[in-house]
Amino acid sequence: MDISQVLFYALSAMALGSAIMVVISRNPVHSVLWLIITFFAISGHYILLNAQFLGIVNLIVYAGAIMVLFLFVIMLMNLNAETEPQKNKWLKLAGVVAGGCLLLVLVAALKQAEVKGKVAMLGTGDIGLIKNLGHALFTDYVVPFELSSILFLSAMVGAVVIGKK
Amino acid sequence: MLIERYIYLAIALFCIGIVGVLARRNAIIIFMCIELMLNAVNLLLVAFSKMHHAAGVGKAAAAGIDGQLFVFFIMVVAAAEVSVGLAIIVMMYRNTHSVDVNFLNRLKH
Repeated sequence: MDISQVLFYALSAMALGSAIMVVISRNPVHSVLWLIITFFAISGHYILLNAQFLGIVNLIVYAGAIMVLFLFVIMLMNLNAETEPQKNKWLKLAGVVAGGCLLLVLVAALKQAEVKGKVAMLGTGDIGLIKNLGHALFTDYVVPFELSSILFLSAMVGAVVIGKK
Repeated sequence: MLIERYIYLAIALFCIGIVGVLARRNAIIIFMCIELMLNAVNLLLVAFSKMHHAAGVGKAAAAGIDGQLFVFFIMVVAAAEVSVGLAIIVMMYRNTHSVDVNFLNRLKH
């Protein structure tokens, strides 16, 4: 077992454990902090796959910007564990059973899929570097790139209009 | 690394997100679980992009680069979605003084 496999399993365990903690922790602030750990683990996976640009962007955008926004909103609302509305126990159980059934179906479907022997390269390949991604982004994908700026503008205007009411 | 392991990991993360959406009532935590599901899909896209790069490395140098660009655009859309969604949650909190999604069934009246 070489170092990249050890890292893969360690990062997977970290991602899954903290994702479970996001769902089960009572305090929303703790949920946000666990979600940040999940994003760090996923960024580690990106870097392990040599997708360095996405790894760093994931950290900056998700762990840096989006999660801070969540944290701001939670602290603005002054939520804590006591005011958290509790769902019916049976409804919670039904949610867990439904998610488990989806997991079962997807894993069973994967057993039939023809993915045997396909390998995702770890640590090699240069398609994840900024140079190649930037070149593709500004040649083949330049129209969606410009459209995303309009999307951001409309999202900004929408957030301000909703927040002003 | 075999692609199946990445698929299993992404499926597990996605299902944890589904359970969170179904079992919790706090609107912010539901929103965070949606982000978790988006990230599971992103991870799978990057793994598949590396898989296609490994398969087509002799034919085209940039094989599989589309997957990583899709991840980039998913992040763009997620950032826009979060800004609007959190604004909606803040407005809902101002109106009802709660982030319980069960209060939202008043929308039907």
